[in-house]
Amino acid sequence: MSELLIKSIFQENLALAFFLGMCTFLAVSKRVDTAFGLGLAVIVVQAITVPVNYLIFNMLLLEGAWAWAGLPEVDLTFLKLVSFIGVIAAMVQILEMTLDRFVPRLYRALGIFLPLITVNCAILGGSLFMVERHYDFEESVVYGIGSGIGWALAIITFAAIRERLKYSDMPKGVEGLASAFIVTGLMSLGFSAFALVTP
Amino acid sequence: MSLHHHLTAPLIGNNPVTLQILGICSALAVTTTLSTAITMSVALTVVLCLSNGVISLMRHHIPPSIRLIIQITIVASIVIVIDQFMQAFMFEMSKRLSIFVGLIVTNCLVLGRAEAFAMRNPVLPSVVDGLGNGLGYSLVLLIVGALREFLGTGALMGVPLVTTAADGGWFQPLGLMQLAPSAFFILGLLVWLVRAMRPEQVEQPEFRLRTSEDRRP
Repeated sequence: MSELLIKSIFQENLALAFFLGMCTFLAVSKRVDTAFGLGLAVIVVQAITVPVNYLIFNMLLLEGAWAWAGLPEVDLTFLKLVSFIGVIAAMVQILEMTLDRFVPRLYRALGIFLPLITVNCAILGGSLFMVERHYDFEESVVYGIGSGIGWALAIITFAAIRERLKYSDMPKGVEGLASAFIVTGLMSLGFSAFALVTP
Repeated sequence: MSLHHHLTAPLIGNNPVTLQILGICSALAVTTTLSTAITMSVALTVVLCLSNGVISLMRHHIPPSIRLIIQITIVASIVIVIDQFMQAFMFEMSKRLSIFVGLIVTNCLVLGRAEAFAMRNPVLPSVVDGLGNGLGYSLVLLIVGALREFLGTGALMGVPLVTTAADGGWFQPLGLMQLAPSAFFILGLLVWLVRAMRPEQVEQPEFRLRTSEDRRP
Protein backbone atom coordinates (compact mmCIF):
# COMPACT_ATOMS: atom_id res chain seq x y z
CA MET A 1 0.00 0.00 0.00
CA SER A 2 2.71 2.48 0.94
CA GLU A 3 4.48 1.60 -2.32
CA LEU A 4 1.38 2.58 -4.27
CA LEU A 5 1.09 5.80 -2.26
CA ILE A 6 4.70 6.84 -2.93
CA LYS A 7 4.45 5.81 -6.57
CA SER A 8 1.28 7.82 -7.16
CA ILE A 9 2.78 10.90 -5.51
CA PHE A 10 6.20 10.91 -7.14
CA GLN A 11 6.99 8.55 -10.03
CA GLU A 12 3.54 8.59 -11.57
CA ASN A 13 2.70 12.18 -10.71
CA LEU A 14 -0.48 13.00 -12.60
CA ALA A 15 0.64 16.48 -13.61
CA LEU A 16 4.30 15.94 -14.41
CA ALA A 17 4.39 12.38 -15.77
CA PHE A 18 0.94 12.10 -17.38
CA PHE A 19 0.26 15.76 -18.18
CA LEU A 20 -3.17 15.64 -16.58
CA GLY A 21 -4.88 18.81 -15.45
CA MET A 22 -2.38 20.91 -17.37
CA CYS A 23 -4.83 23.69 -18.29
CA THR A 24 -5.68 24.46 -14.67
CA PHE A 25 -2.07 23.79 -13.72
CA LEU A 26 -0.90 26.62 -15.98
CA ALA A 27 -3.86 28.94 -15.36
CA VAL A 28 -4.08 28.88 -11.54
CA SER A 29 -0.39 28.88 -10.62
CA LYS A 30 0.40 32.56 -10.60
CA ARG A 31 0.27 32.81 -6.78
CA VAL A 32 1.17 30.28 -4.10
CA ASP A 33 -1.93 30.85 -1.94
CA THR A 34 -4.42 30.22 -4.76
CA ALA A 35 -2.39 27.23 -5.89
CA PHE A 36 -2.52 25.90 -2.35
CA GLY A 37 -6.31 26.26 -2.24
CA LEU A 38 -6.76 24.49 -5.55
CA GLY A 39 -4.30 21.76 -4.54
CA LEU A 40 -6.24 21.12 -1.34
CA ALA A 41 -9.53 20.97 -3.23
CA VAL A 42 -8.06 18.47 -5.71
CA ILE A 43 -6.83 16.19 -2.89
CA VAL A 44 -10.29 16.15 -1.26
CA VAL A 45 -12.24 15.61 -4.49
CA GLN A 46 -9.80 12.99 -5.80
CA ALA A 47 -9.84 11.05 -2.50
CA ILE A 48 -13.66 10.90 -2.66
CA THR A 49 -14.33 10.39 -6.37
CA VAL A 50 -11.87 7.57 -7.12
CA PRO A 51 -13.33 5.16 -4.51
CA VAL A 52 -16.92 6.21 -5.35
CA ASN A 53 -16.27 5.64 -9.04
CA TYR A 54 -14.73 2.28 -8.13
CA LEU A 55 -17.94 1.25 -6.38
CA ILE A 56 -20.14 2.50 -9.22
CA PHE A 57 -18.02 0.82 -11.87
CA ASN A 58 -17.85 -2.53 -10.10
CA MET A 59 -21.40 -2.65 -8.77
CA LEU A 60 -23.35 -1.16 -11.66
CA LEU A 61 -21.35 -1.10 -14.89
CA LEU A 62 -19.07 -4.15 -15.00
CA GLU A 63 -20.18 -7.17 -16.98
CA GLY A 64 -22.18 -9.44 -14.68
CA ALA A 65 -22.83 -6.71 -12.13
CA TRP A 66 -26.57 -7.10 -12.69
CA ALA A 67 -26.53 -10.88 -12.18
CA TRP A 68 -28.49 -10.51 -8.92
CA ALA A 69 -31.34 -8.98 -10.90
CA GLY A 70 -31.35 -11.88 -13.34
CA LEU A 71 -29.45 -10.00 -16.05
CA PRO A 72 -26.01 -11.67 -16.04
CA GLU A 73 -25.10 -10.69 -19.62
CA VAL A 74 -25.64 -6.94 -19.25
CA ASP A 75 -22.36 -5.07 -19.86
CA LEU A 76 -22.58 -1.34 -19.29
CA THR A 77 -18.86 -0.54 -19.32
CA PHE A 78 -19.34 1.77 -22.30
CA LEU A 79 -21.25 4.11 -19.97
CA LYS A 80 -18.17 4.60 -17.81
CA LEU A 81 -17.25 8.03 -19.18
CA VAL A 82 -20.70 9.54 -18.76
CA SER A 83 -21.23 8.06 -15.31
CA PHE A 84 -17.76 9.06 -14.06
CA ILE A 85 -18.15 12.64 -15.19
CA GLY A 86 -21.64 12.70 -13.67
CA VAL A 87 -20.31 11.36 -10.38
CA ILE A 88 -17.52 13.92 -10.36
CA ALA A 89 -19.87 16.82 -11.08
CA ALA A 90 -22.32 15.59 -8.43
CA MET A 91 -19.57 15.01 -5.83
CA VAL A 92 -18.19 18.50 -6.39
CA GLN A 93 -21.67 19.95 -5.99
CA ILE A 94 -22.33 17.98 -2.78
CA LEU A 95 -18.93 18.89 -1.38
CA GLU A 96 -19.65 22.54 -2.14
CA MET A 97 -22.98 22.44 -0.31
CA THR A 98 -21.60 20.47 2.68
CA LEU A 99 -18.68 22.83 3.10
CA ASP A 100 -20.98 25.83 2.80
CA ARG A 101 -23.22 24.42 5.53
CA PHE A 102 -20.67 23.10 8.04
CA VAL A 103 -17.28 24.73 7.36
CA PRO A 104 -18.05 28.13 5.86
CA ARG A 105 -14.48 29.34 6.29
CA LEU A 106 -13.06 26.50 4.24
CA TYR A 107 -15.86 27.02 1.72
CA ARG A 108 -14.90 30.64 1.25
CA ALA A 109 -11.27 29.65 0.75
CA LEU A 110 -11.97 26.82 -1.71
CA GLY A 111 -15.25 28.07 -3.15
CA ILE A 112 -14.07 29.47 -6.44
CA PHE A 113 -11.89 26.43 -7.19
CA LEU A 114 -14.50 23.74 -6.75
CA PRO A 115 -16.35 24.34 -10.06
CA LEU A 116 -13.00 24.35 -11.87
CA ILE A 117 -12.36 20.84 -10.65
CA THR A 118 -15.25 19.29 -12.58
CA VAL A 119 -13.44 19.88 -15.85
CA ASN A 120 -9.99 19.11 -14.47
CA CYS A 121 -8.79 16.07 -16.37
CA ALA A 122 -6.62 14.95 -13.43
CA ILE A 123 -9.81 13.94 -11.61
CA LEU A 124 -11.36 12.01 -14.50
CA GLY A 125 -7.91 10.64 -15.38
CA GLY A 126 -7.47 9.28 -11.84
CA SER A 127 -10.74 7.35 -12.11
CA LEU A 128 -9.92 6.05 -15.60
CA PHE A 129 -6.47 4.88 -14.46
CA MET A 130 -8.13 3.11 -11.52
CA VAL A 131 -10.26 1.14 -14.02
CA GLU A 132 -7.44 0.50 -16.46
CA ARG A 133 -5.08 -0.80 -13.78
CA HIS A 134 -7.72 -2.95 -12.03
CA TYR A 135 -7.18 -1.56 -8.56
CA ASP A 136 -9.22 -3.10 -5.73
CA PHE A 137 -11.17 -0.94 -3.29
CA GLU A 138 -8.36 -0.30 -0.79
CA GLU A 139 -5.92 0.45 -3.59
CA SER A 140 -8.36 2.88 -5.15
CA VAL A 141 -8.64 4.78 -1.85
CA VAL A 142 -4.85 4.97 -1.55
CA TYR A 143 -4.44 5.87 -5.22
CA GLY A 144 -7.05 8.63 -4.95
CA ILE A 145 -5.30 10.22 -1.98
CA GLY A 146 -1.80 9.74 -3.39
CA SER A 147 -2.50 11.09 -6.84
CA GLY A 148 -4.29 14.09 -5.33
CA ILE A 149 -1.32 14.85 -3.09
CA GLY A 150 1.04 14.47 -6.04
CA TRP A 151 -0.92 16.93 -8.16
CA ALA A 152 -1.17 19.43 -5.30
CA LEU A 153 2.56 19.12 -4.60
CA ALA A 154 3.34 19.83 -8.25
CA ILE A 155 1.12 22.90 -8.56
CA ILE A 156 2.24 24.45 -5.25
CA THR A 157 5.92 24.01 -6.13
CA PHE A 158 5.32 25.34 -9.62
CA ALA A 159 3.49 28.41 -8.29
CA ALA A 160 6.35 29.10 -5.89
CA ILE A 161 8.86 28.96 -8.75
CA ARG A 162 6.62 31.09 -10.93
CA GLU A 163 6.36 33.84 -8.32
CA ARG A 164 10.12 34.15 -8.43
CA LEU A 165 10.21 34.02 -12.24
CA LYS A 166 8.52 37.43 -12.40
CA TYR A 167 11.77 39.01 -11.28
CA SER A 168 13.90 37.37 -13.93
CA ASP A 169 14.97 39.04 -17.13
CA MET A 170 13.88 36.81 -19.99
CA PRO A 171 13.64 37.36 -23.75
CA LYS A 172 10.28 38.84 -24.71
CA GLY A 173 8.82 35.72 -26.36
CA VAL A 174 9.74 33.43 -23.47
CA GLU A 175 7.93 35.44 -20.82
CA GLY A 176 4.70 33.89 -19.64
CA LEU A 177 3.58 30.69 -21.32
CA ALA A 178 6.86 29.53 -22.88
CA SER A 179 8.77 29.94 -19.62
CA ALA A 180 5.98 28.12 -17.77
CA PHE A 181 6.35 25.13 -20.11
CA ILE A 182 10.11 25.03 -19.82
CA VAL A 183 10.01 25.27 -16.01
CA THR A 184 7.40 22.49 -15.89
CA GLY A 185 9.71 20.42 -18.09
CA LEU A 186 12.57 20.92 -15.65
CA MET A 187 10.29 20.01 -12.73
CA SER A 188 9.18 16.90 -14.56
CA LEU A 189 12.84 16.00 -15.08
CA GLY A 190 13.39 16.51 -11.35
CA PHE A 191 10.42 14.37 -10.41
CA SER A 192 11.63 11.52 -12.61
CA ALA A 193 14.65 11.39 -10.31
CA PHE A 194 12.23 10.22 -7.59
CA ALA A 195 12.01 6.92 -9.49
CA LEU A 196 14.42 5.41 -6.99
CA VAL A 197 12.40 6.44 -3.92
CA THR A 198 11.08 3.36 -2.12
CA PRO A 199 9.20 3.20 1.17
CA MET B 1 -16.47 37.23 -40.11
CA SER B 2 -16.30 34.88 -43.04
CA LEU B 3 -16.19 31.11 -42.90
CA HIS B 4 -12.68 31.30 -44.25
CA HIS B 5 -11.67 33.37 -41.25
CA HIS B 6 -13.10 30.81 -38.81
CA LEU B 7 -11.13 28.10 -40.57
CA THR B 8 -7.73 29.76 -40.86
CA ALA B 9 -7.53 32.04 -37.80
CA PRO B 10 -6.98 29.20 -35.28
CA LEU B 11 -4.07 27.74 -37.26
CA ILE B 12 -1.33 30.12 -36.09
CA GLY B 13 -2.82 33.50 -35.22
CA ASN B 14 -5.24 32.21 -32.60
CA ASN B 15 -3.93 28.69 -32.11
CA PRO B 16 -5.81 26.82 -29.37
CA VAL B 17 -2.70 25.30 -27.84
CA THR B 18 -0.04 28.00 -28.13
CA LEU B 19 -2.26 31.05 -27.51
CA GLN B 20 -5.55 30.05 -25.90
CA ILE B 21 -3.83 27.44 -23.63
CA LEU B 22 -6.60 24.91 -24.24
CA GLY B 23 -6.31 21.15 -24.53
CA ILE B 24 -2.71 20.89 -23.45
CA CYS B 25 -2.92 17.63 -21.48
CA SER B 26 -3.48 15.43 -24.48
CA ALA B 27 -1.24 17.57 -26.69
CA LEU B 28 1.67 16.51 -24.53
CA ALA B 29 0.77 12.98 -23.59
CA VAL B 30 0.12 11.37 -26.96
CA THR B 31 3.06 12.82 -28.85
CA THR B 32 5.74 10.20 -28.23
CA THR B 33 5.18 8.92 -31.77
CA LEU B 34 3.75 10.53 -34.88
CA SER B 35 1.11 7.84 -35.42
CA THR B 36 -0.51 8.33 -31.99
CA ALA B 37 -0.40 12.09 -32.55
CA ILE B 38 -2.22 11.73 -35.89
CA THR B 39 -4.87 9.42 -34.43
CA MET B 40 -5.49 11.73 -31.51
CA SER B 41 -5.68 14.76 -33.83
CA VAL B 42 -8.27 13.10 -36.03
CA ALA B 43 -10.30 11.93 -33.02
CA LEU B 44 -10.29 15.37 -31.43
CA THR B 45 -11.13 17.20 -34.66
CA VAL B 46 -14.10 14.89 -35.27
CA VAL B 47 -15.35 15.33 -31.69
CA LEU B 48 -14.92 19.08 -31.90
CA CYS B 49 -16.83 19.42 -35.20
CA LEU B 50 -19.66 17.15 -34.04
CA SER B 51 -20.02 18.70 -30.58
CA ASN B 52 -19.92 22.24 -31.95
CA GLY B 53 -22.53 21.30 -34.53
CA VAL B 54 -24.87 19.54 -32.09
CA ILE B 55 -24.58 22.20 -29.40
CA SER B 56 -25.14 24.94 -31.95
CA LEU B 57 -28.27 23.15 -33.19
CA MET B 58 -29.63 22.96 -29.64
CA ARG B 59 -28.44 26.38 -28.50
CA HIS B 60 -31.92 27.94 -28.30
CA HIS B 61 -33.25 25.08 -26.20
CA ILE B 62 -30.49 24.82 -23.59
CA PRO B 63 -31.39 26.59 -20.31
CA PRO B 64 -28.43 28.78 -19.29
CA SER B 65 -28.37 27.54 -15.69
CA ILE B 66 -27.62 23.92 -16.60
CA ARG B 67 -25.79 24.47 -19.89
CA LEU B 68 -22.47 23.07 -18.67
CA ILE B 69 -23.99 19.73 -17.68
CA ILE B 70 -25.80 19.47 -21.01
CA GLN B 71 -22.68 20.37 -22.96
CA ILE B 72 -20.54 17.87 -21.08
CA THR B 73 -23.14 15.13 -21.59
CA ILE B 74 -23.24 15.79 -25.34
CA VAL B 75 -19.45 15.77 -25.55
CA ALA B 76 -19.25 12.59 -23.45
CA SER B 77 -21.75 10.80 -25.71
CA ILE B 78 -19.77 11.71 -28.84
CA VAL B 79 -16.51 10.64 -27.19
CA ILE B 80 -18.03 7.28 -26.21
CA VAL B 81 -18.94 6.66 -29.85
CA ILE B 82 -15.39 7.53 -30.98
CA ASP B 83 -13.89 5.40 -28.20
CA GLN B 84 -16.03 2.37 -29.07
CA PHE B 85 -15.25 2.86 -32.77
CA MET B 86 -11.52 2.85 -32.06
CA GLN B 87 -11.75 -0.22 -29.83
CA ALA B 88 -13.62 -2.05 -32.58
CA PHE B 89 -11.54 -1.10 -35.60
CA MET B 90 -8.16 0.06 -34.28
CA PHE B 91 -7.66 -1.98 -31.12
CA GLU B 92 -3.84 -1.71 -31.00
CA MET B 93 -4.01 2.07 -31.34
CA SER B 94 -6.69 2.43 -28.68
CA LYS B 95 -4.49 0.45 -26.27
CA ARG B 96 -1.57 2.78 -26.96
CA LEU B 97 -3.66 5.91 -26.47
CA SER B 98 -4.88 4.33 -23.20
CA ILE B 99 -7.10 6.72 -21.28
CA PHE B 100 -6.45 9.77 -23.41
CA VAL B 101 -9.31 9.21 -25.85
CA GLY B 102 -11.70 9.16 -22.89
CA LEU B 103 -10.09 12.30 -21.57
CA ILE B 104 -11.29 14.24 -24.62
CA VAL B 105 -14.44 14.67 -22.50
CA THR B 106 -12.60 16.98 -20.14
CA ASN B 107 -10.45 18.49 -22.85
CA CYS B 108 -10.97 22.17 -22.24
CA LEU B 109 -10.66 22.87 -25.97
CA VAL B 110 -13.96 21.08 -26.71
CA LEU B 111 -15.90 22.68 -23.86
CA GLY B 112 -14.20 26.01 -24.42
CA ARG B 113 -15.25 26.23 -28.07
CA ALA B 114 -18.76 24.99 -27.24
CA GLU B 115 -19.16 27.65 -24.58
CA ALA B 116 -17.42 30.48 -26.43
CA PHE B 117 -18.59 29.90 -29.98
CA ALA B 118 -21.21 27.23 -30.59
CA MET B 119 -23.65 28.60 -28.00
CA ARG B 120 -23.90 31.88 -29.91
CA ASN B 121 -23.51 31.02 -33.58
CA PRO B 122 -25.44 29.15 -36.29
CA VAL B 123 -24.57 25.60 -37.19
CA LEU B 124 -22.34 26.06 -40.24
CA PRO B 125 -19.92 28.61 -38.72
CA SER B 126 -19.77 26.48 -35.55
CA VAL B 127 -18.78 23.34 -37.45
CA VAL B 128 -16.18 25.33 -39.41
CA ASP B 129 -14.88 26.84 -36.17
CA GLY B 130 -14.59 23.32 -34.73
CA LEU B 131 -12.72 22.18 -37.82
CA GLY B 132 -10.39 25.20 -37.70
CA ASN B 133 -9.57 24.75 -34.03
CA GLY B 134 -9.17 21.01 -34.52
CA LEU B 135 -6.69 21.66 -37.32
CA GLY B 136 -4.79 24.22 -35.23
CA TYR B 137 -4.54 21.66 -32.43
CA SER B 138 -3.52 18.95 -34.90
CA LEU B 139 -0.78 21.17 -36.33
CA VAL B 140 0.85 21.53 -32.90
CA LEU B 141 0.46 17.81 -32.19
CA LEU B 142 2.01 16.81 -35.49
CA ILE B 143 5.01 19.11 -35.05
CA VAL B 144 5.67 17.93 -31.48
CA GLY B 145 5.00 14.28 -32.36
CA ALA B 146 7.26 14.31 -35.41
CA LEU B 147 10.12 15.99 -33.51
CA ARG B 148 9.85 13.64 -30.53
CA GLU B 149 9.67 10.48 -32.60
CA PHE B 150 12.44 11.46 -35.01
CA LEU B 151 14.89 12.72 -32.38
CA GLY B 152 14.02 9.95 -29.95
CA THR B 153 14.17 6.95 -32.26
CA GLY B 154 15.41 8.14 -35.65
CA ALA B 155 12.20 7.00 -37.31
CA LEU B 156 8.94 8.55 -38.48
CA MET B 157 5.67 6.59 -38.36
CA GLY B 158 7.82 3.61 -37.32
CA VAL B 159 9.85 3.78 -40.57
CA PRO B 160 13.56 4.30 -39.82
CA LEU B 161 14.91 7.35 -41.67
CA VAL B 162 18.52 7.24 -40.46
CA THR B 163 20.57 4.32 -39.19
CA THR B 164 20.98 4.58 -35.44
CA ALA B 165 24.30 4.13 -33.65
CA ALA B 166 23.13 0.76 -32.37
CA ASP B 167 22.93 -0.48 -35.99
CA GLY B 168 26.32 0.99 -36.94
CA GLY B 169 25.10 4.37 -38.20
CA TRP B 170 25.93 7.88 -36.97
CA PHE B 171 22.65 8.84 -35.35
CA GLN B 172 22.53 8.59 -31.57
CA PRO B 173 18.86 8.57 -30.50
CA LEU B 174 18.06 11.06 -27.78
CA GLY B 175 16.29 8.93 -25.17
CA LEU B 176 15.01 11.97 -23.32
CA MET B 177 12.71 12.76 -26.26
CA GLN B 178 10.61 9.71 -25.44
CA LEU B 179 10.15 10.84 -21.83
CA ALA B 180 7.70 13.34 -20.40
CA PRO B 181 9.97 16.38 -19.85
CA SER B 182 10.88 16.75 -23.53
CA ALA B 183 7.23 17.38 -24.43
CA PHE B 184 7.22 20.41 -22.16
CA PHE B 185 10.52 21.66 -23.58
CA ILE B 186 9.43 21.30 -27.21
CA LEU B 187 6.09 22.96 -26.60
CA GLY B 188 7.80 25.76 -24.68
CA LEU B 189 10.26 26.35 -27.52
CA LEU B 190 7.39 26.20 -30.04
CA VAL B 191 5.48 28.88 -28.13
CA TRP B 192 8.66 30.98 -28.08
CA LEU B 193 9.04 30.55 -31.84
CA VAL B 194 5.44 31.56 -32.54
CA ARG B 195 5.74 34.57 -30.27
CA ALA B 196 9.04 35.61 -31.80
CA MET B 197 7.29 35.71 -35.18
CA ARG B 198 4.10 37.31 -33.78
CA PRO B 199 5.15 39.64 -30.96
CA GLU B 200 1.55 40.78 -30.42
CA GLN B 201 0.83 37.38 -28.80
CA VAL B 202 3.18 38.03 -25.87
CA GLU B 203 1.08 38.49 -22.74
CA GLN B 204 1.62 41.75 -20.88
CA PRO B 205 3.36 41.37 -17.50
CA GLU B 206 1.29 42.28 -14.44
CA PHE B 207 3.89 44.83 -13.41
CA ARG B 208 7.17 46.10 -14.74
CA LEU B 209 10.35 45.93 -12.72
CA ARG B 210 12.17 49.17 -12.23
CA THR B 211 15.69 48.98 -13.49
CA SER B 212 18.56 51.22 -12.48
CA GLU B 213 18.15 53.18 -15.72
CA ASP B 214 14.61 54.19 -14.72
CA ARG B 215 15.81 55.81 -11.58
CA ARG B 216 18.28 58.07 -13.35
CA PRO B 217 16.78 61.45 -14.13
